[in-house]
Order: sequence, then C-alpha cells, then structure tokens
Amino acid sequence: MTAKRRGAQLGMLAFAVLIVMGAYASVGLGINGKVPSGMLGYGLGLGGLMLAAYLVLAKWAPWADPLLLPLVTLVNGIGLVMIYRIELAGEHLASAANQLMWTALGVVMFSATLIALRDHRVLQRFTYTAGFAGIALLVLPMLPFIGREINGARIWVGIGPFSIQPAEFAKLALVVFFAGYLVAKRDVLALAGRRLLFIDLPRARDLGPVLITWGISLGVLVMQKDLGSSLLLFGAFVAMLYVATQRTSWVLIGILLFVGGAFLAGQIFSHVEARFNIWLHAEDPALYDAGGGSFQLMQGMFAMGSGGILGTGLGQGYPYKVPLSFSDFIFTATGEELGLTGLMAILMVYALIVERGLRTALAARDPFTKLLAGGLSFILAWQIFIIVGGVTRLIPLTGLVTPFMSAGGSALLANWMLIALLVRMSDAARRPPPQAIQDEGLTQVMQR
Amino acid sequence: MNSPLKRVAVACLLMFGLLMANVTYLGSVKAEGLRNDSRNVRMLFNRYNIDRGWITADNGKTTLAKTVDTGDKQFRFEREYPLGKPFTHVVGWFAPESASGIEAAMNRYLDGSHPDLVVRRAIDLVSGKPAKGASVDLTLNTKAQEVAYKDLAGTGKRGAVVALEPKTGKILAMVSVPSYDPNPLAKANKDTVNKAYNKLNKDDNKPLLNRAINLTFAPGSTFKTVTSAAYLSEDTSRDENTQVDAPDALPLPGTNISLPNYHGESCGGRATLVQALTISCNTPFAIMGMDVGYDKLKEQAEKFGVGQPLKIPMEVAPSDIGPDEGKAALAKTAIGQQSNQMTPLQMAMVAAGIANQGTVMKPYLVNKIMGPDGAEIDGTDPEELDEAVTPEVAGELTKMMISVVEHGTGGAARIPGITVAGKTGTAETLPGKPSHAWFISFAPVGDDPKVAVAVFVESGSAGNDATGGAVAAPIAHDVMQAVLGR
Repeated sequence: MTAKRRGAQLGMLAFAVLIVMGAYASVGLGINGKVPSGMLGYGLGLGGLMLAAYLVLAKWAPWADPLLLPLVTLVNGIGLVMIYRIELAGEHLASAANQLMWTALGVVMFSATLIALRDHRVLQRFTYTAGFAGIALLVLPMLPFIGREINGARIWVGIGPFSIQPAEFAKLALVVFFAGYLVAKRDVLALAGRRLLFIDLPRARDLGPVLITWGISLGVLVMQKDLGSSLLLFGAFVAMLYVATQRTSWVLIGILLFVGGAFLAGQIFSHVEARFNIWLHAEDPALYDAGGGSFQLMQGMFAMGSGGILGTGLGQGYPYKVPLSFSDFIFTATGEELGLTGLMAILMVYALIVERGLRTALAARDPFTKLLAGGLSFILAWQIFIIVGGVTRLIPLTGLVTPFMSAGGSALLANWMLIALLVRMSDAARRPPPQAIQDEGLTQVMQR
Repeated sequence: MNSPLKRVAVACLLMFGLLMANVTYLGSVKAEGLRNDSRNVRMLFNRYNIDRGWITADNGKTTLAKTVDTGDKQFRFEREYPLGKPFTHVVGWFAPESASGIEAAMNRYLDGSHPDLVVRRAIDLVSGKPAKGASVDLTLNTKAQEVAYKDLAGTGKRGAVVALEPKTGKILAMVSVPSYDPNPLAKANKDTVNKAYNKLNKDDNKPLLNRAINLTFAPGSTFKTVTSAAYLSEDTSRDENTQVDAPDALPLPGTNISLPNYHGESCGGRATLVQALTISCNTPFAIMGMDVGYDKLKEQAEKFGVGQPLKIPMEVAPSDIGPDEGKAALAKTAIGQQSNQMTPLQMAMVAAGIANQGTVMKPYLVNKIMGPDGAEIDGTDPEELDEAVTPEVAGELTKMMISVVEHGTGGAARIPGITVAGKTGTAETLPGKPSHAWFISFAPVGDDPKVAVAVFVESGSAGNDATGGAVAAPIAHDVMQAVLGR
C-alpha cells in the first residue's frame, strides 16, 4: 500500500508521452502523409515538462499517488494533439502553440503549489477568505474595465493581452471554503429536525448556507448566463454537504432545490428553456436550422456517429466542421477520429483520476482532508459528466470545458492546481504514520 | 465520513457508466443513422475521397464510368461517363447524395467498403492512400447497346430494348428511351445536381425511369407464345400442326361482346397452331387460354419468370398476368390484352427460354468484379431460373416462331443466312390511344442461340402503323445483327 512506486510512475509517464507522440505523428501522416517536422521537439518539450513535474513531485511529495500525474499527462496530451489537428485544418481560433504554453504554465502552477503548500491543512485557516475570494472571482467579470465579453458570455477578465476565466479558479476556492465550513459546522448540520414521512429533515435554521449557495449559483446563472458553472457549483456543494453530514435528506433537498431552480430558470430565462428544447428535440429540422438551435449539438453527434467504433483515424475525419470543436466540443472531435474505442479509453482515464482522488479521501486521516479530496474529486467527475453528457445528448448541453483537453488557459491552470492539491493530499495520506501501529486512517474518526 | 465517500464514489462510477453507455449507444447503435443523415456533410466529402472503381464492358475493354482525380482538396475524385446516354439507365450515376443503376446496386464494391475488400482497405488506411474501390465489368455488348439506342431513339418514341444471351442469362443490351446525359448529375455540387435532377424529374416523358425493368406494360400478342407453351405442355401429343378453332369473332362467355381478330381479319375458321401464330390470329389463342384455364396459364407464365423476384443486381418490377376474373377475361389474358403487365426484360426472358431448349436462365448484368489491383475477385456464374417448357415443346414453339419471321408479321427481322425466330405484338392500350408495339425474337435457331431480344415501343405514333412488325422488328433485327457480328 505505501510503497513509493516512483519507478512505476516514471515508466507510466514515459508511456503517456509516447502515446501522445504517436498520436502527433499520426495527425501529420493523416493530413500531409508525412511525420510532422516538429514532432521530436514537441515530444521532447512535453517529455521534459512532465519530467520536471515528476522531479518536483518526487522531491516534495514522494509518497504521492503514482497514477495521477501520468493519467493527467495522457489526457492533456491527447487534448494538445486534437487542438493541433484542428488548427492544421484551418481553424483560426485553435492554437496548439498557445495550448502547449498554457500546459507549461499549468505544470509550473502544479509545481509551485506542491512546493509552496507543504501541508494542505493550512488551507483550513483560510476557509472564509477562500469563500470570499471565490465569490469575488465569480463577480469579477461583471466589473467594468477589466471584465470582457467573449462569444456572448461575460465570464472573462482581461489582463493585458490575456483573458482568463476566473470562474475556473473560483471553483477551487469555493471547494476549499465548503470543506472548511462544513467540517466546522457538520455536527450542527447533522442534527435532526422534524420528520417528514421517513426522512429526518434538518433544522430549518441550518438551511441557511445551503440556500445561500443555491442563491449564489442562481446569481451566477442570471448574471453571466453560465449554466455550466452554476450547475457545477451547486452539485459540488450538495455532494460535500452529504459527505460531511451523512444525511441523505440534504441530497433530497438539494435535488428539490435544483429542480425548482431549473424550472424557475426555464420559466424566466429563454436561453435555459432553449437548452431544454434543443436537448429534447435536437433532430427536429426547424430547431436545427434556427439560430442558436440544435445545429452544433447535431453536428457533434454526426461527428461521433461517423467515427463509429474505431474512428476515422487522426487527421482523416472532419471534426473541425463542428463549431467550437477545439473547446466545448473537443470530446466529439476526438470521438470522430479515435472512435468509440478512443472515447472509452479517455473516459476510463478520467474515471481512474477521480477514483484515485476518492481513494485519497478515504485514506486521509482528518475530516478536512477527506472532505477537500472528496470534493475536488467529485467536482472533477461532475464537470466531466456535465460537459461530456451535454455534447453526447445525455443531458441538456451547458457550456463547460472538458478538463485538461479543451483549449483554454484558465481551465488548464486551475485543473493542474486541483491535481496538485490531490497529489499533496495523497502524499499525506500514503505517508507511513510515525507511530508503529498502522491503521487505515480510521483511528480518529468516530463512525456513527 | 468514509461511508458517504464510498457512496459518492459509487455515484461517480455511475456517472461514468452512464457516459460510457451513452457513447457506446451513439458509436454503435445510432452511428449508422447519424453517418447517413443528409445534414452530415461528411457523407458528401467521403464520396469524393474514394478512388471509386470503374465500370466497364466487353471484358474491360470499354469504359462506361471512370474516376478522374481533379486534385481538389475537398472533392478530389469525380465521376465521368464517356459513352453517356445509351448506357445511362444501366450504369446509372453517382450524385452527391444519391446514386442509381449499377452505381447504386454495386456501390459497396465500387467504393471499396464491401467485406470482400476489407484487407485491401486496411492497407490503404495504414498507407494513408485514398481508398480504392473495385471495378465492375458488365455483360453488355456495347455495340449492340449503341445500335439499340440509336434505332429506338431514332423512332422518336419512348420504349426499351433488352437483349439476353439465352444460354447464360447475360444481359447483352438494355436500353431505355428517352435517356439523358448522366454527367451533369455526377458533379460535386449539390445545387447544380439538384437543378438538373429536378428538371429530369419533372419531364413528362419520365426519362429517369428505366423502362426495361422499372415499368410493366401490356404485352399484346407476344404473350401468345406463353399461351402456346401452356397449351402444348398440357398434352404431349400436340405439336405445331395441331388444329385449333379460329372463328372470325369469338363471343366472350358471360358478356354480350365478341372478340375480333386484329383489324377484323379472318383466319378461316380452323387453323394449325403454326398458322395461327404466323398471322397472329386472336381467336384461337383466346380459345386455347380458356381451355387451359387460369391456373395453368399462370403457372406457365411463372415458369418463364413472371412474378418471381429478380435482381440483376437492380431490382426488377414484378410482372404479372393479372387476377383470375373469369372466362371472358381469361380469353383476353391469353392474347395479352387483359391485365397482363410485363417488363420488357420479362418478355426477353420468354424468348430466351424458348431459344435455350426451354430453360430460362437468371438474367444478370455483372460479368465480374476486379479488385483495385486488377485481380478478379468475383465473377457471376450463370444460374438456372426455371425450366419453363420441355425441350420438345421449346422445339415446337421455335418452329412456330420461325414461321412468324419467314412468312408472317415478323418479316422485318430476317437476317440473310441465319434462321431467326420471333413474335410480334401490338397491344391496345386505351380506346382511342395508339397501341404499344412489341417484338421478341432470337437467333440463330439451334443448339447455340447467341441472342434473344425484346423490343418495346410505347404507345407508338397514331393508329395503325404502330404494329410490332413495322416498328419493333427492325430494331430487333439490328440488335441481333450487332451481337452476331454481321
């Protein structure tokens, strides 16, 4: 259980880089019939980057889970290859060089987090600061001068030539806040109030924070039309509330609030209603042709359908025919060229990342760590579910990035930071305890 | 906190499970529908990224459809039809969103997606070369095809010609008039193609239809061959010299009308079978039909292929002798004037069956399929469809049909030095409307018949010259000559 497994990690890392290089080569072969000239430099760049990340991890978090870094490298690398492929097809908005630069910055962020944060429990002290920071970050794009509107959504902040999406960082800050807050209040929140049917309702006065969070989520939705982010935050909060209090009633209340909120939003905001319609009647020709209709969703479905089981092969399909194929719809683009098989592999990698995160939560020795690791893992899974489910028409489509794959600097930085936190916590959880008695970390937790 | 964490882990697992199930459903179950959706632009691009196999005839010596590398990035390969109109209905066209004829029926070979070509396709994929399809060689005799088209189009009427090789079922010629140039329909531009197609589709003469196999018509007197076959088969003592009643007019049972001979001609009250067929009297065959009965007549027609589902590889419209509507109707069915509806191909099969000692072969168009490397992948082996009549009955029928050409209505089909057998047909359509003209024939008579032909001219010109003998027989003559190489 607590071997360091550094060698295995380095091997897997090399393997991940090799897969990405192979994919890169096949893009060149598929499009121009020859291996791209920059392939060696590209591979060395990515390899060097990941080696650096590995060295930092080996030095500052030697007991960390060996799987996280190679898995993230693989999806990040596949995303890079897909963006490169779409750029080659003449999509001006896709830039593989930019994405590589942001990946490098993401690795810097990862390393900096590991080096600066020797003990993640420090974060517990900043519970309320994190909460305010999170809300501030959410509001930031609404401010004049620095807020920017791109593609009809005002979720950007301009810093010189760069635009960042503060919501990506707000996500992290709010999970830290939730973890800290819920650990402090969980006893109160777990108190039973009235019984309704067979459910113990919590006390009414304790509903406050839940309602406030729900309000914030709705506020984000109203102000920024960012359906994805509000759904993400609300779901993450309900999940963490459940983990903290072990009360199913919170989940039920959360679902009720969500359904109510969604219904309200559907009544009030035409764009929410439109999303539902698109989801329900995507194949309707009238809706397909309507502006802001189901065109994009159906194009994504065509891409995946055309890929079939094995895909067309990299560089051989037409993934760039789907609008935003390099960001929101990168999953369908991958589906077209790598097929159902490739998508299953990618989903498997994501599932493994989440699963390693949740293992860390289970193995952690203190409630704050458990809650933080559980929350971060869940928010990652939840985000993948919302966006991938959206583009594959499992659920209504809301705009979110596919973690590590979609083009977008802010998301890359924030998600690399998230992984750094998980790595830091898994290092703490797997580090052999100083006392001789080894227990699975359950010694300090009273099981109810 | 571990038990709720475990539940959250299960919830995450469920979410990924749902995503995977949904992706699987899309990538396998729904894939076909999504792939072929008309709004999926990939279909269009992919059509032009395949080095499509050629369509040839005369054992590969003549090119009917070829693929041209335009060098265009998006629509690289275009289709061209160098011989154009005479071959349109057989070869078909390969349009942006549809196809017809052989182009459609053999598409999986031509575009290389057929399982037989799977290894080859894999090699193309790995090497990054554009996929190359297999070539299809047709049984057509291009000379006969062009003669048939020239003659029929020259009459200025609508119609069809089908020529078969009696011993194998090879389709040597298949022409439908009016025809059209397929090249404009093969352009990689949806709009221009749709315009061209709509224009053809609106044309009152329906050029898009292949009259040889898509439509059925009243066969008129050519059907008397089938009636004779049933009559001769019923009793082996009958032959070409059997005497039958041939009144000038035949009162139809249960009605107050009587059936006349063509233009009220007389056949002298009694006639031998050969005489009756030679001058194409109506009354003796009507009587024979009533004698044989509906069931036997239908069975005889079915043995020649009527009503049997056929793919050549295109679907052939089913021919039919019509429902059993009593004696009076049967009398008219026997002379091809009731509700019998035959494709020209079906009538060619009747002639070919008689020529081939009574055995009808399954008609086919695909001679062989050559892989992208030129090696033969598959060839068609001739298949028996049915034994329509015994060789003896076929012999009697042949003698009767020779008499038609030598002494009767089919004189225009004579070829010096070759014995030709045939039968004319003039099918009345609607009162006041001109008749269809038919001619079926085969040559040479004997153990090695080379060609059987059916010529059909739709609702000829006005009135009386639209007899099979005058309009259709000369065309059959030219087509037979072309096949015989004389």
